[in-house]
Amino acid sequence: MRDSYDCIVVGGGPGGAWAAKHAAENGVSVLLLEKDREVGIPVRCAEAVSEKGLKTVVEPQPRWISNIIEGFVIVSPDGREVAIDTGKERGYMLDRKIFDYDLVQMATMNGVEVMTKAYVYDLIKPNGTVEGVRVQHMGEHHDIRARIVIGADGVESRVGRWAGLRTNIKMKDMESCLQMTLSNIKVDPKYIYFYLGRDVAPGGYLWIFPKNERVANVGLGISGEYARYKSAKEYLKEFIGRHFPNAAVLYTVVGGVPCATTLKKIVADGLMLVGDAAHQVNPISGGGITTAMIAGKIAGGVAAKAIAEDDVSENRLSQYARDWHKAEGKNHERTYKIKQAVYKLTDEDLNKTADTILSVPLEKRTLANIFRTALFRHPSLILDVVKVFMTK
Amino acid sequence: MIEVINDKCDFCGVCVAVCPVDSIDLFEARIEIKQNCIDCMLCVWICPVETLAPIEKLQEVECETAMIV
Repeated sequence: MRDSYDCIVVGGGPGGAWAAKHAAENGVSVLLLEKDREVGIPVRCAEAVSEKGLKTVVEPQPRWISNIIEGFVIVSPDGREVAIDTGKERGYMLDRKIFDYDLVQMATMNGVEVMTKAYVYDLIKPNGTVEGVRVQHMGEHHDIRARIVIGADGVESRVGRWAGLRTNIKMKDMESCLQMTLSNIKVDPKYIYFYLGRDVAPGGYLWIFPKNERVANVGLGISGEYARYKSAKEYLKEFIGRHFPNAAVLYTVVGGVPCATTLKKIVADGLMLVGDAAHQVNPISGGGITTAMIAGKIAGGVAAKAIAEDDVSENRLSQYARDWHKAEGKNHERTYKIKQAVYKLTDEDLNKTADTILSVPLEKRTLANIFRTALFRHPSLILDVVKVFMTK
Repeated sequence: MIEVINDKCDFCGVCVAVCPVDSIDLFEARIEIKQNCIDCMLCVWICPVETLAPIEKLQEVECETAMIV
């Protein structure tokens, strides 16, 4: 470890790894700091990603993929299963432990230095401009300087707060999530399941994402708006008790997903935010792996250019914010509008929509077909949800 | 006042994310509520596993003590 780098990335998830990789690829020195003892652990993720989405950022490796998903089923509040044929569009169940590890390893091949168990506790910010980080590592405190700090430190984004960015989120947009990896169950590994309804997951959804026919990630997110009345833990306990009474729990993980639009400001003098830290998450699905990597790539590239030009001002770095907006940010704004409308649907509305879709024969139940049918009968928003799930 | 039951905590940071006054410090295996907490309860509500709780009992005791004094 040196005492200064061109660029420091805080956080070794997919967003951080990709920012580090692309900054280094463009010729600047990069240090990646990870607070845990190993990247990829703990896995705070349901691990599903669309094949198409992932391929836009990286060539998928077989060792990352634990299962291939061929379609999905939406379960209405009254329990009817609506299968959707996704055609050639497939999904992957990732093994995030291996995936995250490999992404960081790929970054190191471009010269990125990595420090694990490196706990960043403050920024060096003498005159308002971010000039490095304060880090605790193996019982010692270090000040490490950098021209640019990239905060990819997840939903809590302490880096963003220290830099003075407003990272707060409305309670209704924060999903309170809990997931258990269940074993000794029986699932069809070709399908992922989404359960909707006030009694299952108010203001969110419950998912069953199979890793194989005996093991699945079963979890849910509920909107913060409802979490005050009953916790995610209670909802999940009830569901698992009802549906998988004999399951063994291999792993339990807790988390929050910011299902909002991107933060208004994701750059400051000498600083950029990437991934969950910047709320770069699909507001309906809560998916954020691919989007964080898209953002990381843009941020890394802009960081390298800004350093080469010796201008790390907020103004220069705002190119990242603009490019992100074009790439994904504006899609998220559209998706967020849909989300707001969808959350107004009652359980009864959702049940009716399920009826409509079920009237289309399964083999014809492609997205386009469903969309057409529903538009004629009653233009319901659930179809937009389906579309959103499919695109990212 | 908010009490933290660190044993229940998974250190996911969701409480930090919703805190409107930056009152929660997240360390490696510990969270701490700072003095500037406004008791808004958002962290208590958002926590998926009920790690945070208002110290109602303690508050009651303090009130009683205050009244006696």
